[in-house]
Amino acid sequence: MAYRWKNDLTHADVTPKGLFLNRRQIIAGLGAGAILGATGTRAMAQEALKPNSYEEITTYNNYYEFGTGKDDPARYADALTTAPWSVTIDGLVDNPGEFSMEDILARMTIEERIYRFRCVEAWSMVVPWNGFELSDLLNMAGVQSSAKYVAFETALRPDEMPGVAYRVLDWPYVEGLRLDEAMHPLTIMATGIYDKPIPNQNGAPLRLVVPWKYGFKSIKSIVRITLTDTQPGTSWNKAGPNEYGFYSNVNPTVDHPRWSQATERRVGGGLFAGREPTLMFNGYEEVANLYTGMDLAENF
Amino acid sequence: MDFVTPINSAARRVPIWPLYILCALPPFWFLYQGLTGGLGVEPIKALEHRLGELALQFLVAGLAITPLRRHLGVNLIRFRRMVGLAAFYYVALHLLVWLVLDVQILGQIWADILKRPYITVGMAGFVLLLPLAVTSNAWSIRKLGPKWRQLHKLVYPAVLLGALHFVMLVKGFQIEPLLYMGAILMLLALRFKPARRRQFV
Ligand code: HEM
Repeated sequence: MAYRWKNDLTHADVTPKGLFLNRRQIIAGLGAGAILGATGTRAMAQEALKPNSYEEITTYNNYYEFGTGKDDPARYADALTTAPWSVTIDGLVDNPGEFSMEDILARMTIEERIYRFRCVEAWSMVVPWNGFELSDLLNMAGVQSSAKYVAFETALRPDEMPGVAYRVLDWPYVEGLRLDEAMHPLTIMATGIYDKPIPNQNGAPLRLVVPWKYGFKSIKSIVRITLTDTQPGTSWNKAGPNEYGFYSNVNPTVDHPRWSQATERRVGGGLFAGREPTLMFNGYEEVANLYTGMDLAENF
Repeated sequence: MDFVTPINSAARRVPIWPLYILCALPPFWFLYQGLTGGLGVEPIKALEHRLGELALQFLVAGLAITPLRRHLGVNLIRFRRMVGLAAFYYVALHLLVWLVLDVQILGQIWADILKRPYITVGMAGFVLLLPLAVTSNAWSIRKLGPKWRQLHKLVYPAVLLGALHFVMLVKGFQIEPLLYMGAILMLLALRFKPARRRQFV
């Protein structure tokens, strides 16, 4: 069902605001030393919680199929053929099959969702996505009562993805959610950003967005969705089981073994951007009841 | 096929002090780029990465000078102090960016140095380089005598720690830091290999 969630972040004239912030921070940073500059930035943080610019969102990406540098996806993802595209939905569903993008889009209601996006590397953005609720797609396929998890798979195209020549991860990229997480109204499949078709580097033509989890859970360029009764494997968990859990909920009290998750830096603040406190579930407290009774440090 | 003699005679003619200036300039350029958008939308990380990578490259270059002379007869010893000091300069700026721009929060700085192994390792590398930078001058060499050579062997563990720091900080299985580590291990191993030709000073 579309429109089950109402945006709590709003659009604003992003670019002038960004420039304004930048200049103030530079002056503060140069004039009073960076520590003072940082304090000023934090005070401004709430006020600045408006979407990042299109440029920021589309030039600073992690999409290792195109390289491990943050600018590699913007540079190389053009090569990905996104039309025609189809998604196989199989496993424990009533109507398994291969669905074309046109077919899917014709049956879904696209709406805008402005979400905070928190990368596991402790940077963040605010992104105005366009997309539809994953639950709508799953209901279209008819989830059987025995299904407990949803597994996702990214396209693997060695001819179009220079990064997969290196075994940085065990390709293809795979991710997974518990069924109740997948059916949550916050969980969407994004098809656009700023009312434009989603750029390849952001996961065209169809990607998952789970705003209360670290960014790598929000798998890009999806070609397969499989309903299962056992917890599916996930790429980063396989690469580093002690660093990346199946749940990977944003949690300021559970550090990544190699860095703190207590704070984050909003991309776009320039050279003197400060850090802001990271919020439990990335600020989406309404999902807390999905995890009642669970030890979130153990199930990180 | 004597390529050594022309290199050596050219190297003898290059004045050193302009090289100090040349090596000192790039960070100012990076800073300018960072302030004007030339480093992308997350300039802090970009700056941190560029300085770290250049630091490691200077350290590797410094390690290569002795084997180049011993095994190929290419004599670049004149530049070794300059290269070593440049490496230290980049490590120090890398650390400074981390302290002042990246982390900023005093409590977290200490926590990270103690708790995050890759930071601890990088920090250990920096600490080992400190006395080397301080004693990279003619007066210290005279004053310390044979102890100077002993002291400057610290560069080996320092470089290894720097490369290990890089290996430890990347996500997933990445080749680049392993290539640095491999190059360093090779350059260190060459020190145990007897020289092919007579050593000339
Ligand atoms: C011998 C000394 C050191 C060397 C050679 C060195 C080298 C490097 C290199 C090559 C990188 C990766 C650059 C890239 O990914 O392109 C890096 C990243 C980094 N280094 Fe160092 N480093 C040293 C010391 C330190 C110290 C003392 C600190 C802080 C206390 C530090 C903190 C960092 C951080 C935070 C990163 C970035 C990690 C990230 O990607 O978020 N390093 N360093």
